[in-house]
Amino acid sequence: MTAAHTTTPRTHTGVLVEQVVRRFGDRVVLDRLDLTIDDDDLVVLLGPSGCGKSTLLRLLAGLDKPDGGLIEVPANRAIVFQGDRLLPWQRVLGNVTLGLRGPDADKRARKALSEVNLTGREKAWPKQLSGGEAQRVALARALVSEPELVLLDEPFAALDAITRLRMHDLVRDLRRRHHASMLLVTHDVDEAIALADRIVVMSNGRIGDAHTVHLSPADREASVAREELRAALLSDLGLASQH
Amino acid sequence: MALLAPPAAASAPVRPRDIFLPGGDSRRRSRLGTLRGRLRWPLGVYTTPALILVVWEVLAQAGILKPTYAPAPTDILGTTVELWQDGVLGPDLAISLQRAGIGLAIGLTVGIVTGVLGGFLRTGEYLFNGVAQILNTVPLLAVLPLFVVWFGIDELTKVLLIAFGAGVPMYLNLFAAIRGVDQRLIEMARTTGAGPWRVVTRVLVPGALPGFLVGLRFSLAYSILGLVAAETVNADEGLGFLITQAQTYLQTNKVFVGLVIYSILGLLADQFVRILEQVLLRWRPSYEAV
Repeated sequence: MTAAHTTTPRTHTGVLVEQVVRRFGDRVVLDRLDLTIDDDDLVVLLGPSGCGKSTLLRLLAGLDKPDGGLIEVPANRAIVFQGDRLLPWQRVLGNVTLGLRGPDADKRARKALSEVNLTGREKAWPKQLSGGEAQRVALARALVSEPELVLLDEPFAALDAITRLRMHDLVRDLRRRHHASMLLVTHDVDEAIALADRIVVMSNGRIGDAHTVHLSPADREASVAREELRAALLSDLGLASQH
Repeated sequence: MALLAPPAAASAPVRPRDIFLPGGDSRRRSRLGTLRGRLRWPLGVYTTPALILVVWEVLAQAGILKPTYAPAPTDILGTTVELWQDGVLGPDLAISLQRAGIGLAIGLTVGIVTGVLGGFLRTGEYLFNGVAQILNTVPLLAVLPLFVVWFGIDELTKVLLIAFGAGVPMYLNLFAAIRGVDQRLIEMARTTGAGPWRVVTRVLVPGALPGFLVGLRFSLAYSILGLVAAETVNADEGLGFLITQAQTYLQTNKVFVGLVIYSILGLLADQFVRILEQVLLRWRPSYEAV
């Protein structure tokens, strides 16, 4: 809200969120929230439904404006929404090239589609895709512009458990090719453990505890450290007694 | 082993079960289905009209329906051919089509331009929406006398009445269609970095297309309604004139010729929009009735 820091960026990479406030009427959803995401870092924002995770993500996307505080994000960013949000009147390729300019748009889109294992489906209509395929097109659409920041709003919540696991593999694979900061919003503790470099738990409109995850892919599947982390996250979410 | 034996069949009630077996290639099956549909309903949606025509013909031939009341369909057909050969019907039809065409062109242009402006711009909405809503409640037939006072009894009144009939539904439907495009898709398109022009051409225009076609359907129907109304006023040529004249001399068969041609124009307009829908809305999953 102060006029001092408005135009000049403070950092040059990643995400900076400082003392951000967001209200809906009398209800304060984000209460002086702080968060930083480093370059090339995948942060998972974990919290129960209605805690303000998606509100924060929309602020980072620039879809809504904060009521107070400061948010700094790369201009080149992309969002994957909970629903695929594909244009039903565009074929798969047209959906991926939506934000692209230039003569090589189709070529880049084809490459992005091949990265999500959808080569050969360029000409399909969205109605002909399965839920997992549609969400992969949405992923390709987000990654095709080589964004510096990718925001994922519960992108796999509507998928079945098996497809979700495949999508986790795909995200890990995509992270090796694309160097971007990622913020993944979820209410799924196992999804958080599977993907995160850092897990932050949200409660009462602020970031509560943060857990840096230093686990090998195998340890993320099954290990003592994994179970300890899971127990810690559940206790942060206030679910310790049920565990 | 005795424990694993099924329970006594006599005591168990028989519950209905479904058994599904392979039914062959689905495409071949559906083609066979359409063929069967064709055979069962050779006339499709025109089954009922054809049936009515047959009953009508029979009743007329039997003398139950008087020729002055409702002449037989074959009689109407004969009269049509006769009128055409006498060189009466052709020019009348041409002048009517010309009126409808000019009126439709004016009405659609105004309706589409204002609809696009109203749909995209808040200013456009404030400028046009109130007027369109008011005009929408005014019946076409009620403004006819006023148009006669304002624009005389010549072609202008007729064309403007048709334009009025076509323009208002086009504006209302196009406005609603543009405003009704899924906000989540517009939001998504903006986040991909697509510029305003991209958002308009790739999201708003295709998203508004189904509503636009509904508007077109109404516009075509109302323009024919406007044509009928307009041609009752001081027409010395055109289909309306043909009907009015025939009515004066109690030539019911000629009245029917006019009516049949109006209805054929309506059917053609509907078919035209149907074809447009099939071409433009291929992406839309549609419900196929059994």
